[in-house]
This record gives sequence, C-alpha cells and structure tokens, in this order.
Amino acid sequence: MPTKLIPKELAKRPERLAPGHRLCAGCGASIIVRQILAAIDEPVVMSCATGCLEVATTIYPYTAWRMPWIHNAFENSASTMAGIEAAYRSMVRQGKIPEQNVKFLAFGGDGGTYDIGIQALSGAVERGHQFLYVCYDNGAYMNTGIQRSSATPFGAHTTTSPAGKVIPGKQQFRKDLTAIMAAHGIPYVAQAAPSQWRDLMQKTRKAVNCGGPAFMNVLSSCNRGWRHGTDETIEITQLAVDTCYWPLYEVENGEWRLTYKPKEKRPVEEWLKRQGRFRHLFRPENRHLIDELQAEVDRRWERLLRLCGEA
Amino acid sequence: MSKFEALTGNAAVATAMRQINPDVVAAYPITPQTSTVQTFADFVADGLVDTEFVCVESEHSAMSACVGASAAGARVMTATAANGLALMWEILYIAASNRCPIVMSLVNRALSAPINIHCDHSDVMGIRDSGWLILFSENGQEAYDNLIQAVRIAEHPDVLLPVAICQDGFITSHALERVEIYDDADVRAFVGEYKPQWPLLDLEHPKTYGPLDFYDYYYEHKRQQVEAMEHAQRVILEVAEEFNRKFNRNYGLFEPYRLEDAEVAVIVANSTAGTARVVVDRLRDEGLKVGLLKPRVFRPFPAEELADALSHLKAVAVMDRSISFGAMDNAGPLFLELAAALALHGVQVPMADYVYGLGGRDILPHEIERVYRDALKVAETGRVERRVTYLSVRE
Repeated sequence: MPTKLIPKELAKRPERLAPGHRLCAGCGASIIVRQILAAIDEPVVMSCATGCLEVATTIYPYTAWRMPWIHNAFENSASTMAGIEAAYRSMVRQGKIPEQNVKFLAFGGDGGTYDIGIQALSGAVERGHQFLYVCYDNGAYMNTGIQRSSATPFGAHTTTSPAGKVIPGKQQFRKDLTAIMAAHGIPYVAQAAPSQWRDLMQKTRKAVNCGGPAFMNVLSSCNRGWRHGTDETIEITQLAVDTCYWPLYEVENGEWRLTYKPKEKRPVEEWLKRQGRFRHLFRPENRHLIDELQAEVDRRWERLLRLCGEA
Repeated sequence: MSKFEALTGNAAVATAMRQINPDVVAAYPITPQTSTVQTFADFVADGLVDTEFVCVESEHSAMSACVGASAAGARVMTATAANGLALMWEILYIAASNRCPIVMSLVNRALSAPINIHCDHSDVMGIRDSGWLILFSENGQEAYDNLIQAVRIAEHPDVLLPVAICQDGFITSHALERVEIYDDADVRAFVGEYKPQWPLLDLEHPKTYGPLDFYDYYYEHKRQQVEAMEHAQRVILEVAEEFNRKFNRNYGLFEPYRLEDAEVAVIVANSTAGTARVVVDRLRDEGLKVGLLKPRVFRPFPAEELADALSHLKAVAVMDRSISFGAMDNAGPLFLELAAALALHGVQVPMADYVYGLGGRDILPHEIERVYRDALKVAETGRVERRVTYLSVRE
C-alpha cells in the first residue's frame, strides 16, 4: 500500500533531502522537492540541472541528498537521466543488477528547461524514457542573479529585462511549456504548485506510475527575484493559482483535466501587487500593461477550459 | 579462431562494438561516422548485442547520456566526428572530470567553416586538453584493435578516464580493407566484465555525482586527473602487451619504421603513415637513410619516449593535419608538442612542420617524398629554411 497522503503518515517517512542545505529561507524549490520525494515510496535516482537547487545542496565535500543524485551540466538534466534510465534497463535485462522499481526523476529550473534544456527534454520524452521531468519554474535565471527567461511573466522586472525609463520590464508573454510538453503526446503532463501540496503529490504519483515519460511544471516562488517576504511563499503561489496565472491541470493520455478550479477567479493584479518585480506596473502610465497581461491570462484560461471540456 | 574479412574502418569499429557488447551506446549520426552507428543499429535490431541503444537528438545529448549511463555503472560507448565532437565539447570535460570510462570512436573530419565532410585532424586537436585519452589508428585494423584495448585502458582503476580512438574520415572509415576479426569469445574474454566502483545505481550506497566544487577542492580534483593521466601511459603499455601476446600484434606508444639507422624521419599519424611507409621504402632503395615514426598515443603524450626515439636523427619533419591558429609560426599541434618535447629532453635536432591534407585534400607519395628530400637537405646543412610549410595549397 502506498503511504497515505496525509501529513501524519507522510511525516513518518525519512526525508531524502537532508536539512542543512543552503537554499534561501522561503525558497519554493526545496518545498517542491520534499513534496515530490515524499509522494514517491519507491527508490529514486535523480538528476539535476545546474541551478540553485544544485549549487545549494551539494557544496563539496557535503551533500544534502540521501539518495543517488547526479548533476551533469545546465542543459542536460533530461539527457543525463535518459542515459541512467537506459543503463538501468540494460543492466536489469542482462541480470547485472536487480529490478527494484526505481523511479527516475530529473529536475531543472525554468532556464534549464524552457530555454537551454528544451531540446534535450524534447528528445528524451520523444524516445520514451521512463522518467519524470520536473521543472521548478521561478520565472527567471535566479541562480545567476535574476535574468529573464522565456518563463518570465510579461512586464516583470529582471536584471536583463529591467523596468527602465523607456522599456517597462519584460516585453513578451511566458512560453507555454506545459502545453508544448503535452503536444509531445507523452502519457502524463501536469502543471502544479506547492501551495496545493496534495494535488502536487497526487500528480507526482500518477507521473511516476504512468509507464512512460512524464513532465510536471511546478510554480516555484523565488523571494529574491519576485521580491516578497520569505514567509509569503505559499500564499503568493496560491494567488498565482487563484488568479489563473498558473492553473492546475493535468493531461493524462491526451485527456485534459482541471484539477483545481478557483471558486472565484481573482484579477491578476492581486498576484502582481504582492511582488516587487511588478512594482513599476502600478505607475499610472503602465496601467495598460496590467490590462494586457490580464487579457493574456484570460485568453489562456479560456483556452484551457475549452481543452478541459469546461467551457 | 580469428578470420579475415573485407571491412570498412567503420564496419570494423562496429564489429568491435558488437564483440565488446557495451551496456549502453548513445550516439547521433554524423558523416563520416554514421555507418558505424548504422551497422551497430543492425546488431541491436538483430539481437546480437544486449546494448541499450539510445538514438539521441544531438551529440550534446549523446555525451550527456553517456555520462549518465557511465555514472550509473554501465559500460558505455559512442561515436562521432568533427562538428559533433565540437557540440559535445562541454560534456567531454565533464566525462573526464567525473572519471567516466567512456569509449568513443572518433572519425576525424574537418571542422566547419567552411563546411566540409572530409578528413583532417582539427576535430580531435580541439579536445586535446579535455582529459580524454587519445589514440590514433592508421587503418581499420588498428581502429578495431585500439577500440578493444580502449575499454580495458579506460576502465582500469588507476585510470578511469574516457578514451577516443581516432581514424581518418573516409580514407579509412569508408575504405574496404582486409581486417582480422578475432573470435567473439576471445574479445569478450579480453575486455572482461566491467566492475564499476561507484555506480549511481547501487541504491544501498547513495552517491552524489557532480557537486559544486570551489577553490577549496576543485584544484585537488584536477590534480587527481593528472595522476590518472600519468598512470595511463603504463596501463596503455600493459594492455598493449597483453593484447599483442593474445592476438599477435605489436602495439606500443608509437610505431617506428626503419627508424633505427635513419638520419631523417617524418612523424605522421593515422592513414598518411601508410603512404609515408611506401615513400620510405622507395627512398631506402635509393640508399637514403630515411625513417618514419607513427604516433599511436597522443594523450597522454609520451614526450620522453619520443625524444629518445628521435634523438639520433639529423632532421625531423612533422606532418600536421591541422593548424593551431595563432600558435608559434601558425604550426600544427603535433609539431608544437613534439618540438617542446625534444627541446626539454635535450634533443637538438632541426625540425620543420608540414601542414597537409586539410579538409580532405589528397596527400600523395610525391608530396611526402618532397618532405623527405627537404629533411635530407636540412640534415646536410643543419639549417631549416622554412619552419612551417603548407603542402599543396594554392598560395
């Protein structure tokens, strides 16, 4: 029987990410990693792209990982895991190692996934490797000091899309990576957020048991880049969900399904105003940018509702 | 029992891969390597190997998957050429630094631009500082033999470094030659079973691969790579000795030809050494004291042994199939390294460099003969008129 997804039971499970790592207080990544690992009862082998999660958990000669873990480079978490999974299948088939129902988990941030790693990810899922790729999407290159990525929200200030006198922050809408991954036709794709931990954990279980490649895009607050208090992570993450900037859904064997529908869809402004990276949008002359972002959020939400048969 | 077959260099390499039966092969097609992975794909499709063949979407992912599979504890091989090797470049260093004993068949081809699919050595020279062991092969037989030995060298506990086995694109990769193929069982016995020391898939003993490593330890890890390189030369010779005994060959760090009593010698790697050997015989018939040295092991560079082998000469001509742009006199890398080796080991011999065959430009016996005749003149006068010559180029 799998461990019940209730805090009392989950708390009994040994933590595979040890305390003492050096991620910031309030970082979304470690919360997501712990929720995902807690959802998996089986042994896990994990690869990790270069980024905060990697540098903050493995400063030689220390490691926070009580499980097999590898970092190769920035853009190749997926292809590294493809090699590991292929090695496992080969050696199990030859009787060189025992079959142990290992779950293969690849992690990358949005830079390592939406941008520099998208080719390796696309290739690995197309080939059908049995692994779950998790993108912890904090919407910028946070590890190198908050540079824009293709996941950065429209209008956000980053150090390479600064809110200047002429250009008011990032000029493009976020790439819809979850939809791109769904278009690969793999068995399981989901979008999740750590503010809805049970939803995230249920999705994790489906993903690692789907019998093929799976992808999860998980919203991960970075209070350094988003500019909010370290104690506001979960609250602000949930606002992204309730404003439908970050809807929670899954695509299981091609079937789109909303896993959470806010009772009342809140204006995106409510999410924006809690974060310093959007502060400039609230100047009167930039009001239209909030309207533009709202229109895009609405457009994507309507599309998602149609895909999920809810429209 | 071994048997003789008519095989291209690539088919010989693929045959070695079949016999080695690696756990994982991750590769991407690129001319002139493609027929290796094609032939190997046939072996996979026909169930002749146990290999998991990962047909990746790029060479970058090929090397990334190789690193993952090797860290996992698998015996891993790949093949590439030119731009494919260049795309791997970032991960080549990681493979060596993570001490992954990956074996690669590298079919030497000119790097772009301009794009060109034919042979030169600009690709391999770009990875000479990457921490890979690099061995040259004159023909299909040597590519086959070297690949088999490479597995043992790479996986030796004192080495644990990746190995690239080079042969010349098209010239030997696509030329049918007589190749002695050893008995499958003999090859399998020779390479033995790979026993990884720190496999990631040993779940009871979790390991962290690839941690962040700052100023307090990075340097020590680099120093350990140096140590492995130092061990590699001994291991290469040990493996060669066993191989020679078992399969009746004669591999060493390099191959001298009529060098012992020679007064001048040409140093040239891969297929051109075969052409040069013919020229040596021709000139010897004229009574000229000429010889040849064909490098086999380029990394680690056997400086002292090379200096010893060349110390009696009156002139040395190095033939380079690539240019080290902006280096001293815009010479080739082989010349530069050999010049340093000889100088530092106290061998005072006039040297000249001949860049040749870039982008697959033919190198003909009469051109090599000219190199010898130049060298004979240098031996006579003791003076090098021209340090670097670009052979057969329209100036």
